[in-house]
Amino acid sequence: MIPELQYPFDSNELLKKRRKLKKALLEDGTQRIKKRIAVLGGSTTNDIVSMLELFLLQEGIEPAFYQSEYAQYWQDAMFDPPELTTFQPELIFIHTSQRNITEAPLPLNSSEETVQAALERQMSHFTQMWEHLAERYHCPVIQNNFELPSYRLLGNRDAYDCHGMVWFVSELNRRFAVYAASHTDFYLHDIHYLSARYGLDAWSDPSYWYLYKYSLCVPAIPEFAYSLTRIIRSIYGKTKKVLALDLDNTLWGGVIGDDGQEGIVIGQETAEAEAFTEMQEYCKSLGQLGVLLTVCSKNDRENALLGLNHPDSVLHENDFVFMAANWEPKDQNLTKTAEALSLLPESFVFVDDNPAEREIVSVQLPGVAAPPFASPAECIRVLDGAGYFEAALFSEADTKRMDMYRANIQRTHMEKSYASYTEYLLGLEMQAEIQDFTALALPRIVQLTNKSNQFNLTTRRYTQSEMAQIAASDKYIRLYGRLKDKFGDNGIVSVVIGEIAGKTLHMELWLMSCRVLKRHMEYAMLDELIAQCRRRSMETICGYYYQTDKNHMVRELYRDFGFTLKEQFENGDSTWVLDIGDYTPKNHVIHVNQTEKEHTGNDT
Amino acid sequence: MTHEEIMEKLTEIFRDVFDDEEICLSDDTTANDIDGWESLEHINLVEAVEHEFGMKFRMQEVSGMKNVGEMARIVRSRITDTPEKKKRGLFRR
Repeated sequence: MIPELQYPFDSNELLKKRRKLKKALLEDGTQRIKKRIAVLGGSTTNDIVSMLELFLLQEGIEPAFYQSEYAQYWQDAMFDPPELTTFQPELIFIHTSQRNITEAPLPLNSSEETVQAALERQMSHFTQMWEHLAERYHCPVIQNNFELPSYRLLGNRDAYDCHGMVWFVSELNRRFAVYAASHTDFYLHDIHYLSARYGLDAWSDPSYWYLYKYSLCVPAIPEFAYSLTRIIRSIYGKTKKVLALDLDNTLWGGVIGDDGQEGIVIGQETAEAEAFTEMQEYCKSLGQLGVLLTVCSKNDRENALLGLNHPDSVLHENDFVFMAANWEPKDQNLTKTAEALSLLPESFVFVDDNPAEREIVSVQLPGVAAPPFASPAECIRVLDGAGYFEAALFSEADTKRMDMYRANIQRTHMEKSYASYTEYLLGLEMQAEIQDFTALALPRIVQLTNKSNQFNLTTRRYTQSEMAQIAASDKYIRLYGRLKDKFGDNGIVSVVIGEIAGKTLHMELWLMSCRVLKRHMEYAMLDELIAQCRRRSMETICGYYYQTDKNHMVRELYRDFGFTLKEQFENGDSTWVLDIGDYTPKNHVIHVNQTEKEHTGNDT
Repeated sequence: MTHEEIMEKLTEIFRDVFDDEEICLSDDTTANDIDGWESLEHINLVEAVEHEFGMKFRMQEVSGMKNVGEMARIVRSRITDTPEKKKRGLFRR
């Protein structure tokens, strides 16, 4: 983690000092996942690649790059050069711009049909390429849409006359959007938005094209690379999950403990009050998208609630999954909140107007994002620009996450009132659905697989298309598990994949959401896996534990399952074997696959 | 700003861009004298110099400068003549 690379960053500093920064990142001892990324450019890509590398290293991804020769994106994509084939890209980024539009502008006397035909030709130039890449490499493909032209021959008319370049680009962008919305593993990088936000005049400064064949100005490259990083980190499940909010002077103006409920600034009465109201609305909307909101405030709990109960407050107590309103240091409160939610602190964004609080949190918990801001309006802009919660894969479960975490906290209360833990588990009336992958469940399976870190034996990541291939192959036994109880539906919480080799099953993936720790769900999964193995007359299961700095909690899982340790490696990895013959079911508290019809087909 | 002051600032920029604290510039320094100063790195160097001094090189100058001394002279003439402060919105700090 390098503070200089945290959003909002100083682009000029990054460009100037990128060698030093890269060295520092590589020497910081972070464990990173390795990814092979092919960058196919329609213009120069060198500095884009070097900036992208910095941001990805910062996110815990160590990229190896393939770069096409200058402007050879289409040839590389379509004709399978051996260098690219042997590189075996795990992600492909196609860097195109205005400069790569070949079918427009057309002469003013062209008929509308001619223009439409040109538009279709231009579009199919790209769709052909996407289809070919998808079929050949089965990996995520990201491509820019188009920035608006830097000049308009027809002036305002350019926007609505079909001979105008603004019209053509807008139409093309709309078609790109339709394609992106209807294809998995194709992601649109919205430089139409980004260039506007940056300022089109500066973005398209033509001297960079004349001099170096860059389609955008060099100072914009860090912003560009960061925006691309937002998509990539979300593909690999590295988005943040929690927004921890301070109260006084962050969600409302003033100090509730001093000013009282009537004294704080919120509502529509003054400019300042409007700004805080909009800030609360922004946070509330994030909550509705599935971001977990928590309070992290130095206040007595009663006062915190008093503020949230203000008649003009947009956010209320029940919008938060957890409230830490006390006088403990904030880093400790964040740690406690993370524990209560079974999440890692690094999935937190901490919002506090007080630089000293941000400082202590950044120092004590370097993985927590604590962006600086000077006003509520700026805070929205910074949170939005940072894209902490950007979800390239958005599943319905995201919107229900809040309810699930709340139900979890209720379960914890109930736990305290039972005599024994087993009695508590039985009291939960748990029902699980454990079965082979279905097309409907696949997006959630991919999403869960790519973001589970703690209860994850191999930490293997899969793209949507890789997972679809596994789902279609007869070489695997696959299970997903979904768990409900009397407090609510947890959705799909566990994924298991084993590869069949004769009489032996090799466990390629075993993971579970930490939401359902200690509920015996892992036993239910194991029971079902064994049942499936027996049906195929298989005899042994080999388990693999690949140690990372986050998955220590499952180091002994296979032992607990009754496996025998086969090999222990110095780096912490281990392999395990189980003889299926001896196995007796371990789950006695969850009813498996007995759910009534009401739930079939309803996938969350 | 004197020629010497500009050379001093240029030295700092070169050290940052090439990540080499040993770099010492003279008027006669050329790309051949500095490890890694090739066309791709030149772009970053030019950017950093322009940003530091708030000026712009003309296109023919970007590839036409024969040594660091000439770079410093162009910078000096540009900042004493008409300071072309660039203004680039939000992201430009």
